[in-house]
Parts: sequence; structure tokens; C-alpha cells
Amino acid sequence: MTTVTESQVRADEQQNRGCSRKRKEDPRFIQGKGNYVDDIKLPGMLHGDFVRSPFAHARIKSINKEPALNHPGVHAVLTAEDLKPLNLHWMPTLAGDMQAVLADEKVAFQNQEVAMVIADDRYIAADATELVEVEYEELPVLVDPHHAMDDDAPVIREDIAGKKEGGHGLRLHDNHIFTWEVGDKDATDRVFDEAEVTVKQDLLYPRVHPCPLETCGCVASFDSINGELTVHLTSQAPHVVRTVFSQLSGIAESKVHINSPDIGGGFGNKVGVYPGYVVASVASIVLGRPVKWVEDRIENLSTTAFARDYHMTGELAADSQGRIKALRANVLADHGAFDSCADPRKWPAGFFNICTGSYDIPTAYARVDGVYTNKAPGGVAYRCSFRVTEASYLIERMIDVLAQKLDIDKAEIRRRNFIQPEQFPYSTPLGWEYDSGSYPAALERVLEAVDYEGLRKEQAEKRARGKLMGIGISTFTEVVGAGPSKNCDILGVGMFDSCEVRVHPTGSAIARFGTKSQGQGHETTYAQILGTEIGISSENIQVEEGDTDTAPYGLGTYGSRSTPVGGAAAARAGQKVHAKAKRIAAHLLEVSEDDLEWDVDRFQVKGVPDQAKTMTEVAWAAYNDVPEGMEHGLEAVEYYDPPNLTFPFGAYVCVVDIDRHTGESHIRRFYALDDCGTRINPMIIEGQIHGGLTEGFAVAMGQQLAFDEAGNILGASLMDYFVPTAVETPQWELDYTETPSPHHPIGAKGVAESPHVGSIPCFSNAVVDAFAHQGISHMNMPHDAYRVWRTIHELGLDAD
Amino acid sequence: MASKTPIKLTVNGQQREVLVHPRELLIHTLREQLGLTGAHIGCETSHCGACTVDLDGASVKSCTVLAMQANGSEVLTVEGLAQGGELHPVQEGFMQEHGLQCGFCTPGMEVRAYRFLQENPDPTDEEIRKGLAGNLCRCTGYQNIIKAVRYAASKLATEKSREMA
Ligand code: FES
Ligand code: FES
Repeated sequence: MTTVTESQVRADEQQNRGCSRKRKEDPRFIQGKGNYVDDIKLPGMLHGDFVRSPFAHARIKSINKEPALNHPGVHAVLTAEDLKPLNLHWMPTLAGDMQAVLADEKVAFQNQEVAMVIADDRYIAADATELVEVEYEELPVLVDPHHAMDDDAPVIREDIAGKKEGGHGLRLHDNHIFTWEVGDKDATDRVFDEAEVTVKQDLLYPRVHPCPLETCGCVASFDSINGELTVHLTSQAPHVVRTVFSQLSGIAESKVHINSPDIGGGFGNKVGVYPGYVVASVASIVLGRPVKWVEDRIENLSTTAFARDYHMTGELAADSQGRIKALRANVLADHGAFDSCADPRKWPAGFFNICTGSYDIPTAYARVDGVYTNKAPGGVAYRCSFRVTEASYLIERMIDVLAQKLDIDKAEIRRRNFIQPEQFPYSTPLGWEYDSGSYPAALERVLEAVDYEGLRKEQAEKRARGKLMGIGISTFTEVVGAGPSKNCDILGVGMFDSCEVRVHPTGSAIARFGTKSQGQGHETTYAQILGTEIGISSENIQVEEGDTDTAPYGLGTYGSRSTPVGGAAAARAGQKVHAKAKRIAAHLLEVSEDDLEWDVDRFQVKGVPDQAKTMTEVAWAAYNDVPEGMEHGLEAVEYYDPPNLTFPFGAYVCVVDIDRHTGESHIRRFYALDDCGTRINPMIIEGQIHGGLTEGFAVAMGQQLAFDEAGNILGASLMDYFVPTAVETPQWELDYTETPSPHHPIGAKGVAESPHVGSIPCFSNAVVDAFAHQGISHMNMPHDAYRVWRTIHELGLDAD
Repeated sequence: MASKTPIKLTVNGQQREVLVHPRELLIHTLREQLGLTGAHIGCETSHCGACTVDLDGASVKSCTVLAMQANGSEVLTVEGLAQGGELHPVQEGFMQEHGLQCGFCTPGMEVRAYRFLQENPDPTDEEIRKGLAGNLCRCTGYQNIIKAVRYAASKLATEKSREMA
């Protein structure tokens, strides 16, 4: 007879949902057998390299390609003039704007692509870029977004000068992109007018870069006989790229093949379509040979998809007890020279309207204005879904500012304002419906784990001795899983995602998805979800993504959408397979379906567990013995359109000690509790959280893409751009609670963005808290030693 | 351009002879000519460590070594770590302790960890952090990489004591 223990053993063997099984992708990576874009070598392949503008704003007076073309080994030099007849010199961006593929008469940011040299190898291509003679006439440069809409500001986008309408409504100035407003302005203003207490703070979220270890690149190969274009490229969203390529080139989408092989990290950097992809493809079409383009690190940092650059003013209105009555946010967003951020079409400022956070704030209003400047385009969702990082930073900083003004403890003010568990589903004043959460419990658990009371005592005692110690708290709510197609689309394609699964006669399966892992471990996680639903071991499920020829259409991986959307598609596809399997099992056992019960990997007759058919037996039968009228085979396809987004959350505490002579911060503790709903593979979740916290640490403590007045980017190499090594990276302590999403098929919410979103304000809050007793309520990031030291010095704390 | 010169390398135990340009970087010789694409290029400025290989018993960033400088040398890349179908303890450690995500930094990390453990077979966590400071990882946050190296250290120590017994 089947005992509970026996099925438990079988369940354990399957290594499915909930199991920290080792990753299926690791054997190839640890043996150097990953297959990344730069590993691809095709017969006759040529190499492209860009000539880039040294100036941030200049008119191109002439380009002389001859010396480069005369260089041995050079096959072509392409400029905007060459792309013009093909109508490929400009391309639509994912944000409703247009972007010059190669600079068309003028350049609008430093290192903008001006021409591509195509040569026999990368050395020759690099040499020849030096030989292309470009004559520039420098133009006045606009660096500070606060001056973008001045009367005498230089016009950056002459192509749309004077146009009153943009992709997102009215334009107020030649350098204005959009205004996005949410909430009730009048009601909010009224609450502020009548409030007992108000606070207001300017907060700069500097321009940073996702900086994955692998840069962007592609290998384009055009087959002129069949009229087919194949492009291997570093993309987080290969299907959307195929659609764009087809629209741009006029080649039927079925003849455009995009393949994203292994990707060396993305973090939002690899969502967009970059000029390099387009020009390499054109070059391949023109030359009839495969063309590889792989950017170097300086190109990556200075030209592809930066993030943030939000100049924010936050305001809170509250009563004297710290109960928040209203929030007001005004943002100036610096989008660079082209609006090419990857946001869903109706969300020009992404999901910034999550800025009321975890708190029950009755009234709110937020306004974001996007402007052009002479900087690289982008504005990607870097390890977050569409500006939730900026939003969380705003609210988590502001709540500390308010606490400080009212002299209320920073944990206590959060307690007083939390949305309570019984309020879910909870409608926010800025338009979201949160699915589930348990905020107070998460915070209390963290406070207890770190002995918050004890830490505050220690801090008071240290302050008395002139030492600087800060305690940061962050209790954030994320918004991931984009998204319901009713309100989210990219280029008009709804943001569903897909899974196609086929169980073979011997009981192993292949599954393909519209998402694309860049290290998140999809091959393992998806197999575990499917394995549980179907009743076979995750070991026997092969997961594939990235090849548009074989994978079903999907919107890709970013904004933690893989588990909430792709994972849901997997669960539902698995359930469909399961349902068919049940009918086959009933047929084989000659009973009605109602007489069957499921046990891990088999259907058994209720009360007679010996009479059973395992999934392996059913799989075989699906190909030779199915009920009359049933199609053979055991497979399913699911295009899952989520009914809502998912809202993971967390509570973090950071303890920092600051050296008052050097300004160096030492992160003594960082305790992170995350709730991502149902947990599929705890080991992978832990890894994602470690990574997200480390990237958060980098942003808060050291990263910034800075520019001088002439628009020169300062520090676009890893020498200057802070990417933490193992030495600087703090030790992380993790914890979790599990509040499933009520609308997700298996309750999973997504996790990888949370630690990034949640940790950045936590670090900031800790550093600022170290100076709270000196009356400091805010310091802008990054909190590197020099900037912190400056504050110390201004306060005279380094005296003696 | 200057003509190519033949050089001799012992790569992962195999004698190889290749024609290289005077300015050709070792990473390109390995990847493009010898088809060993395990070592990666992340920066070409010696900062990221993705291109780390072992050259005559020292970890080097092969993006800043000229192939000609390596003439006559022994090179070990990630492809040479596993022996006779058996993973090296360092590789096993990365897999067991979830020391990788996208896998792009992994070959460089492993080759560095391999050498580091010969320099310091029984390291503290602090020493591991310092020993791997030349290799960046953007995905893992290092904590599990440190565990992976610790795993490898203890496995190597056990193997050694078994050999001696
Ligand atoms: S590629 Fe050699 S150190 Fe980065
Ligand atoms: S695993 Fe992605 S860079 Fe280390």
C-alpha cells in the first residue's frame, strides 16, 4: 500500500517546487561551455566597429571615408547617408520616440554612433575607425536637465523642433518629452494646505548603469538567396526585437530569426534595440557576409541604456502623530537625447506611481516631466520594473524625513502607516490594486532579529562619544510581473508570456518559453514548476528559450516578470497536460475521471492505490492508447495574460559605522527579509537576493555616471565606475515570509528586483541616520567616502 | 600590418602552435584561434577578470597579455580544469554552493580560485575575498562564490590527505 512516506520519497526525488535543487544550467557554465554571443563564429564573418562622436553636441559638416576604405582589410564604412535609401537611418524606440541609428547631420551625445567600419577582424576595424575623417562644428551643450526648458536652451532634437505633440501627449518646449500626471492634484493640494505637519525634500537619483559583465553585441547574417535574416544577439526580449527588425527592414517576421543564446547578465541593459544591432544587420545585407559587432566596456557604459537620472521633490502631509495624509511628488526625468527607455507604452514614467509604497496614504499626486539633454539615451528599468526603484527611494526616504521632523522612531512611523493585512486587496490613490501583503509582521520579525532596541541604545551611547553609527530601515512594496495586457504593452504587443510543453512517449518533456534568462536559472525553476504540475521530475524537463524559431511569442525577461508571468504560463500549461493525462489514465484504468486521485507522479483509483497509472505510463499511452476521439500526444500551449501585477515586499535593516576622519562607511549588518509569495527554488531565490543587494550597495554607495559641462562623460570605464569586488561587498543575512499572490496560479510573485529596489533606500537611510542627531535629514547618493567626508567636515565632526 | 609569427604554447596540457600578430592579445588567440571560448571578455582593461587564465603558474588577465609574451608558456584555461571526465573540486564547489548565475564571470573566477587555493590552501573568508578581488561578478554578490571556494579548499584538503595516507 502507498504510505505517506512513500509518496514523500517520490516527491523528493522529483526535485520539484520548493526544492533547492542544483541548477540544470551549471554544468555547461562551470566548464566553459556556455554559448554567448561573442563565442559565435560563422564562416566568412566580418567585424564591425563604430566611429563615435567626441563631442556631446555638434553638427557634422563632412565625413570622409576614403582613407578608411583604402585601408587593407576594410570592406565598408556605413554612415547615415548609406542607411537613408533603406530608410534605416532612424528607428522607432520602445518609448514612442525616434532615435538616429547613425548620427544624421548632427550628434546629440558624446560617443554617439557616427559610422560603422566593417573589416576582416576586430583589430583592423578598430584601426580603421581612426581613419574616418569627420569634421564637426561644435554646438552649445545642454547638460543640466533643470535648464532643458529655458527659453534659450539649445534645441537638441531638431527633427521634432516645434512639434507640439509627442508619443505621450503635449510637449511644452522643444526639449520637453512628456508630462505624466497621476492622482488627484486638487485634493492633494487641499490636504497639504490644511495639514498639521508637512515636509518637503529634494532627492536626486543619479544616472547609473546596469553594467552587466557581458557587454551588448550581435552576429547578423543575411541569406540573400532565401531572403532571411538571422541575428544572434544579447537580448532580454528576442521576440519583440524580431518584431522591430521585421517592421524596420520590411522582411517578413517569419524570415527574421532572432536567437538570444546564453546571456552574461542583463539587468535591463539588454532590453532595447541598439544601433549596433541594426547597423551590423544592414552591413550583412549589403555585404552578403555575417557581421559581428560587440561593444567594449567604454561603449557599454557611455552609450547603452543608462538608468534613473530622476530629479525628485517629495512632500508628505501628516498629523502630529505621524499619520500620513497625503503625498506629492514632482519629478524631472533626464532621458538624454532620445526617449528610448523600455517602458510599457502607456507608462512614460513606468510604474513610478507605486510611490505611496507600503503605506495607507489616502491622497496622492505625482507628476513626472521628461526632458531631452545631450546625454546618451535610455532610461531603462535597471533591476526593477519600470521606475519602481525611484518610487521606493522617494517614499522610503521621505518617511524618514517625516519621522525626523516629528522625532518619531523610524520603525514606529512605519508601524503607524502600514497597510494592514486585512486591507488587501488594497487600492492605492495612484491606481494600483495590491494583491496581498503582511507588512507589520515582516517588520517586527526583522527588528527582533537584529535587536533593534539594542542597536538604538548602542547608537545613543556611541553618539555621546562622538562616533557615527547609522541604522537604516526600508519597508518597501514592489510591483512586478508586467503585465496585464489591458494596461501594459510594448509597441502595441500585450505583455503576456508563454509556455509550450511537450511530453515525449518515454515521459521526459521539452518546454519552451517567451522569456529569456540572463542568469536567473529559468531552466531549473520552470522545470520545477512544470514538474510539479505534470508529475514528472524536473530533471527530465528540458527548458529552452531565446530562439524565436522555436519558442512561442513572449515579451521577455525584465522587471521580475519571468516567474509571475512565464511561471504562471508554465503552471497553466502543466495543468492542461495534467488534465489530458487524467482522461487517458481513466481510460487505461477503465474508471471515470471522478474516481481518480492524484499522488505526486500517478493517478490512482480512490481507495485502491494499487490500481494506478504513473505519468510515465500515461505518457506512453498518449502515443498509442488514447480514448476514442482523443488526439494523440501530450502537449499544451499557454499564453498567460495576468489579471494583475504582483506585489512582493520586504523589510530590511542596515547598520553602518562611519569613520569620522575618512568618511568611509562600513556596513556592519544588512538583514533582508523578502516575501515573494510561493518559493520555487529557495537556493536560486537566495542567489538572486544576494545579487540584488550587491547591486543596490553599488548604487547607493558609489555609482554615478557623471558629466562635465561640455557633456563629456566622466568615468566610463571600470577604473572609474564603481562595481564592487568581493572585498567591498558586505555580508548579507537573509530571511523570508511567504504570502502567496491570490491571483497567480501557484501564488508566486517574483523576486529578483526586490533586493535592489529595497536595499538602496535602506543604505541611504542608514548613512543619513548616522547624521540625524546633527539635524541632517537628507544626503544625495552615492554615499562614497569623499562625499560623506564632506558632510562630516562641514559639520566639523572631524575636528581634533 | 606586421606579419604573423609562430608561437608555441602548451594549452591545457596540449602542445599548440599558432601564428599570431605582434599585437594580438592572448585572450583573442585563445578564443578566436584555438576555439577556447571559456575565458570571456568583459572590459579589455584588466579590471573585470572574466578573461583570467593561468600562465606558467600565475593568474593573469589574458586581455592584457600579448600572445607573443606567452610564447613557450603553459596556459591553463577553464576547459582544462576537469580531468578525465571528473570535475575539479573548484567547479564542483561553484555548482554545489550556487556560486554562479549568468556564468559569464565563472570561468575566470574558477581559474583564479584554482590558483589561489594553491597559494593558500586553507584560507579564511577574508583571504578568499582578497584573493578574488581581481574578478568581478555582477550577479551573485560573491557570498556563494566564497562558499564555493571554501568547499573546494576542504575537498582538496581531503583529497590530499587521502593521497598521503
Ligand atoms: S576582459 Fe580582461 S580583465 Fe576584463
Ligand atoms: S555570474 Fe554573472 S557575472 Fe558572475
